[in-house]
Amino acid sequence: MTGFRMMSRPVVGGLALGLVLVILALDLARSGAPDLFAAPAPFALGSGEAPTGAHCTGS
Amino acid sequence: MFMRRFSVVMLLLVLTGFTFIMAGPRAGLLVMIGLGFGLVLEGLRFGFAGPWRMIVTDRDGRGLIAQFIAIALLAAVAFPLMAANPQELNGAHAPVGLAMILGAFVFGAAMQLVMGCGSGTLINAGSGNLVGLIALAGFIIGSFAGTVHLGWWTGLATLPVMSLQGMLGAQGGLIVTLAGLAALAVITALRAAPGKRLPPARLWWAAALIAALALANLVVAGQPWGIVYGLGLWGAKIAQAGGADVGALAFWAAPGNAERLGASILTDVTSLTNIGLLVGAFAVMRWRSDPGAPAQALTAGTYGWVVLAGVVLGYSARLAFGCNVGAFFSGISTGSLHGWVWMVAAFAGSMLGIRLRPHMLRPAFARGVAA
Repeated sequence: MTGFRMMSRPVVGGLALGLVLVILALDLARSGAPDLFAAPAPFALGSGEAPTGAHCTGS
Repeated sequence: MFMRRFSVVMLLLVLTGFTFIMAGPRAGLLVMIGLGFGLVLEGLRFGFAGPWRMIVTDRDGRGLIAQFIAIALLAAVAFPLMAANPQELNGAHAPVGLAMILGAFVFGAAMQLVMGCGSGTLINAGSGNLVGLIALAGFIIGSFAGTVHLGWWTGLATLPVMSLQGMLGAQGGLIVTLAGLAALAVITALRAAPGKRLPPARLWWAAALIAALALANLVVAGQPWGIVYGLGLWGAKIAQAGGADVGALAFWAAPGNAERLGASILTDVTSLTNIGLLVGAFAVMRWRSDPGAPAQALTAGTYGWVVLAGVVLGYSARLAFGCNVGAFFSGISTGSLHGWVWMVAAFAGSMLGIRLRPHMLRPAFARGVAA
C-alpha cells in the first residue's frame, strides 16, 4: 500500500488518461478509424434525421 | 507554471482536433461539450453524490437545490424543443420496473461508498483521486456485466415506457416537472439548517452552465447527456479484445448496440462526452497552482471494497437505466417517469450507503485527507 500512498494527484490523473488511451488504442486497432464520409451532420437538430446514438436508457 | 498551463491548453486542443479529424464535426463538438462538463464540474465543484450526502449528514441543502435548478433550467428549454422536433431529438425515457428500482437503490448506496456517481467517478479519476480511478475500472466491468444479464432483470416486472409528455402533453408535462422540482427544493430548504439553504454564486453559475452544456448535448447528439452506456461499451470492447464473443450476447446483438460495438468509440456519443469529462477534470487539476493533497491511503481490504463497489455501481446503473446523469438529471429534465422513481429509490439507497461508509472505508492512518 506504500506505493499507493505516495502517488500524487497528477500521477493518478495521468494513469486515468492512460486508461482511456489504452481503451482507445485497443478500439482503433480492432474497429478501425471511423469513415468520415459516413459522419453525421454536426448537429442532430436540423439534420432531418433521427438520432442514431445509443443511450443509458436503452435496453 | 506557464509551461504546465500551456501543456494543459495543448492537451485540450490536441484532443479536440484529433476527434474532429478522426470522426468528424459532431464527434469533435461532443468532445468539446464533454470537456465543458469536466471543467465546470471539477472547476466549480458541482457534484451529485456529495450534496445527497450533505443534506443528510450536515443538513446542507445548497448543492441539492443547485441540482434542481439545473434540471429545471434544462427542462424549460428541452420540453418545447423536443415537442417541436420529435424526429430529431429523443428524451432519456426508460421503463419503470422492479430491477430498475432495485438497481437505483443499490446504485445510491454504492455511490456513497466510492463518493462518486457516474460523472463523479470520471471526475474523481481525472482529477487524480485513486479511489475514483479504481472505482472507474470497477464501473467499466460492472456496467458491461450488467448488459449480460439485463434481459433477465427487465423480464422480472417492467411497465411500459411512460413520459410526462405522453401523459399530460408537452406543456402539462413541463408544468408538472417544474412544480415537482420546486416542491423538492422547498422540502430541501425546510430540511436544511439556516445559512445552508441558498446556493452560493458558484453553484448558480455551475447550474446554469451544466444546463447549457446539457442542452448543447441534446442539440448536437439528438439525445440527452448520459454516462453509463459509454462505460459499458468500453467494457464490451475490452472483453472483445480479450477474445470474448460479445456480439452473441442479446444486448449487444440488438441493432443499435451491435452497430456501436462494431464501430469506433469515437462514433459513440456517450463515450465522447465521457472522455471529454475525464480530460476536463484532469485539465482543471493540472491548471491549479496546487493540485491538492492525494487521497488518503486506505487499508488493503478497503481498496478491495472500492473495486467491488465500483463493479456494483456499474452493474446497478445498467439495471436502473442510468446513473445520476442519464436517469436523474436527463430523465427528469426530458420528462421520463423513470427519472423520478430513480431519484426516490437512489436517495433511499444513498442513506444506507452513508451509514455503511464508515464501516467499509477504513483509512490506513488516522490522519490525512479522506478519500
